[in-house]
Amino acid sequence: MLTALPTNSFRAMLGVVALLIVVTLILPILSKINHQKDYTELRQRITSWWWMIGMLFVFLSIGKNMAIAFFGFISFLALKEFVSIVPTRQADRNVVFWAYLSIPMQYYWVATGWYGMFIIFIPVYMFLFIPMRMVLKGETAGFIKSAGILHWSVMLTVFSVSHIAYLLVLPVKNALAGGVGLVLFLLFMTQFNDVSQYTWGKLFGKHKIIPKVSPKKTWEGFLGGLFTITLVAVFVAPLLTPLSRLEGFIAGIIISVSGFIGDVVISSVKRDLHIKDSGTLIPGHGGILDRIDSLMYTAPLFFHYVYYLHY
Amino acid sequence: MQRLLKILFFLLVVRPLVLIVLGLNIRNINKLPRKGPAVIAANHNSHLDTIVLMSLFPLSIIHKLRPVAAADYFLSNKWLAWFSLNVIGIIPLNRADHVKREQLFSDCHKALDNGDILILFPEGTRGEPEQYGKPKKGLYYLVEDRPDTLITPIVMHGLGRALPRGEALLVPFNCDVVVGDVLPIADDPEQFVEIVTNTFMQLRQQFITSCESD
Repeated sequence: MLTALPTNSFRAMLGVVALLIVVTLILPILSKINHQKDYTELRQRITSWWWMIGMLFVFLSIGKNMAIAFFGFISFLALKEFVSIVPTRQADRNVVFWAYLSIPMQYYWVATGWYGMFIIFIPVYMFLFIPMRMVLKGETAGFIKSAGILHWSVMLTVFSVSHIAYLLVLPVKNALAGGVGLVLFLLFMTQFNDVSQYTWGKLFGKHKIIPKVSPKKTWEGFLGGLFTITLVAVFVAPLLTPLSRLEGFIAGIIISVSGFIGDVVISSVKRDLHIKDSGTLIPGHGGILDRIDSLMYTAPLFFHYVYYLHY
Repeated sequence: MQRLLKILFFLLVVRPLVLIVLGLNIRNINKLPRKGPAVIAANHNSHLDTIVLMSLFPLSIIHKLRPVAAADYFLSNKWLAWFSLNVIGIIPLNRADHVKREQLFSDCHKALDNGDILILFPEGTRGEPEQYGKPKKGLYYLVEDRPDTLITPIVMHGLGRALPRGEALLVPFNCDVVVGDVLPIADDPEQFVEIVTNTFMQLRQQFITSCESD
């Protein structure tokens, strides 16, 4: 089972697990040194990381189709959370039901490697279908807003997220990494970018970028994250992807900048709705949207960057 | 046997349904009563309300949970009656006007004496999806002479969107469940209604999900 994983991908997974073990071991030491501070949330956060990474690695290891189904399930959870926090109309229930049905279809195109369908199904067919289904229901009050909300939610949570899964079915260009390597690179860089921007901001943050949306986001955090991610990407990209060092450098910039944007876009959604977290699914993190917000931007952009250069 | 049936139903059907198809944003689950006699007072919007409330409790005390439900509806046909009585374990309430109060509540009192946890919907019947009704006074009279029985309020939101009245299609939506502190003891029915109304309103502030009708 595990031996089926390409060498570099397997090593990358071990590296991530090692990193997680270090963080887990540091926490009790931290709380011993500084016992006034409450580390409950940090502890919950780390426990949740173990669960998320554990599940991801298991599904990536047991086979391509299982991994694709796993990302489909993430799309389902994310879409459910999205249509639950935005004010949908009672009349939209049936349309939302169809939005859910788009998930197995979209991931079926992924699993069969039907690129043409994968890339137009939601932007074209679902885009046209959703308003039509709404017309059949006949409720015109709030029609425009609902059509917009529903298509936007499917684009973010199904279309964007399915790009991660499509990395698994691209022809293998780096035999030591395989499709799993691309997925690991994207996910690790995106999440590590979140952590780096947070850490740099916490240490040196002074000048706010967009105080209206996220008062905690600073230029220092953003640039520090950008620096860290591009540096790491230069070294890791040739190991896990078909990208060269220079191409990896640019991939790092794309992931860092677009990850930031994804984060603040979902922050704006939450601010508009006057909520802090999008759910309570992941203890210490909030909802699933809080965790994959940056990924919804990095996934399609990284995918098309790699696709343009090498496929 | 009945207890096993109940545990299996909740373990194999309700839990997966509630956790995966619906998904709950639960607030203050530690405020749930751990043993009876106790009463849960919740708002009512969907058929799912009862099983969602029951799923919040550990399986080890699930046989102690007794939803109080309208006899004229839940005992209306043979299958529903069997399921309601044996799998869910409802206490049927005869809503007809001519029944005396003591007689009406006798099964409830028996259950409370037995250390059960009753689940009641003081707003009465399921209203329109995600609308709130005025609480009724019945619950006040039930606990009036029972200082041992405290009432824990719970408000839910979103279940009326997942499965509203009269719809057969269940559409997955996350739902909020907010547990409150036990209600203070009221001096008279009017005050009781006021307390319940205010508490429900306050707990609603913690909702994450939103519907158009909010």
